[in-house]
Amino acid sequence: MEQFFHILTRPDNIPIAGMLLLVLFYYWLGISQAVKNDKYGVNRNIDKVHCWPYLTRIEFLATLLIMVILTVWSITIDAPLEELANPSKTPNPAKAPWYFLGLQEMLVYFDPWIAGVVLPTFIIIGLMAIPYLDLNPKGTGYYSFRQRRAAILIFSFGYLLWVALIIIGTFFRGPGWYFFYPWEEWDVHRIVAITNVDLPYLFGIRSYFWSSVFGGGVVLGYYSLGVFFYLYLKKKHAELMKNLGLLRYVIIAFLFLTMTALPMKMFLRIFFNIKYVWVTPWFNI
Amino acid sequence: MSTWEKIKRSQIYRSVFRHGYKDTKPNRMHQIVSNVFLHLHPTSVWRHATDIRFTWGMGGITFLLFIVLTVTGVILMFYYRPTAEYAYADIKYLEHDVPFGMFLRNMHRWAAHLMVITVWLHMLRVFLTGSYKPPREFNWVVGVMLLVLTLLLSFTGYLLPWDQLAMWAITVGTNMARATPFLGHEGPFGTELGMKADNDIRFLLLGGTQVGPPALLRFYVLHCIALPLLAVAFMIVHFWRVRKDGGISRPPEHE
Repeated sequence: MEQFFHILTRPDNIPIAGMLLLVLFYYWLGISQAVKNDKYGVNRNIDKVHCWPYLTRIEFLATLLIMVILTVWSITIDAPLEELANPSKTPNPAKAPWYFLGLQEMLVYFDPWIAGVVLPTFIIIGLMAIPYLDLNPKGTGYYSFRQRRAAILIFSFGYLLWVALIIIGTFFRGPGWYFFYPWEEWDVHRIVAITNVDLPYLFGIRSYFWSSVFGGGVVLGYYSLGVFFYLYLKKKHAELMKNLGLLRYVIIAFLFLTMTALPMKMFLRIFFNIKYVWVTPWFNI
Repeated sequence: MSTWEKIKRSQIYRSVFRHGYKDTKPNRMHQIVSNVFLHLHPTSVWRHATDIRFTWGMGGITFLLFIVLTVTGVILMFYYRPTAEYAYADIKYLEHDVPFGMFLRNMHRWAAHLMVITVWLHMLRVFLTGSYKPPREFNWVVGVMLLVLTLLLSFTGYLLPWDQLAMWAITVGTNMARATPFLGHEGPFGTELGMKADNDIRFLLLGGTQVGPPALLRFYVLHCIALPLLAVAFMIVHFWRVRKDGGISRPPEHE
């Protein structure tokens, strides 16, 4: 456990532990108000108050509080400074800044062009697209869960997954980016036999060409789940799908399936030692 | 007449302070309207905008942290030279010889970490209250841009101490750019398009094939000039649109 506490209390890692607690607290704060609003209804007759003093005093107090926290934090804990940069001496593990450790953790499961470039781009585009994809007019301006179950669940899945990946990348990844439990020492000489295979190999396909075809089929089949779900929704909720439109549905389904592909790939890697699902001469997925 | 009374009636005092602090209705409005900084606010707001349990105050705190980072950052610039010869020594000098230098550096780093967290929490609050819905769609998009800029500001600043932590964190971060499809020399279809280590997108970012002195200068300029200016531009739009869209979102009267 000594190793774990050492990592936990490193100056740069304290904000991460803080972030976890803050995210949990604010989720509780938001959802508890949502549950209350769902149960008792929301006050729709809101009056106005003067900005001075009712808002400015809160801003003043918040400023004081934050400045006190920052001052005490800056006096008690020093920013880290290691030895001079040396391109010929690679640290092990070499970690990205903590807010990008989600991306670095994704590198375990996907090649860099997906984990480091394509997925972050989709995350940013997907976040920007939310207001144009969510057509539900309900639940504006107050906490609510019942009014917008799907939206909150999908968003929270991505949000908490991101937080979880950062936590794993910071506290559980040691030398060689191996996974270390909190009670394990970070052993730089640890050797883990890599027994990963590609998905087509697991199914007994040995030919390079047919592996490509098989893998492509699996990926295509995965995304075609969106097509089947579309047909299902069109039958069950015709009105909803008409409002949503095909283009919006395609974007939502694609982004959603791409997001869930990450935990699925994690599952395949951890339990079945799958390296790639689809192998081609140009790229591997 | 007391001295204080005399001062208050002098031309100098009256030219600076146009109204008293007496708690009257017109004065409450004057406090906001006649002050260029508080003027960001309207004179009155919806009552729930003053409820900290509803707003969490994270947007405002993020802005406060941006100001803290600007002030401490400008002071740090007096002591820092963005060249491989001096950068690390300047940080050492700052830590050991400059009065309050360590404190200054600490506050800049911790405020930066905290800002990333408060931006995320602000986004969570805005999402949970459905505040991105019409007419505020575009302001959400501006907010996502500001989130990206916050991360980039923090990332570019991470290199500047020029120690092992900085160099290798940026190496890990920028190595991913090699794998950019089409534009990176290790990305899909990169070599087919003639990408090499010394002409791809990572080379553009670093000014070299590895994290070296040109990268330090590039990140410094991005960190201190380009990205803050961009962030300020987006912030202006962000705050302006909050006002124009009727303040923070509130439940419609009928649903």
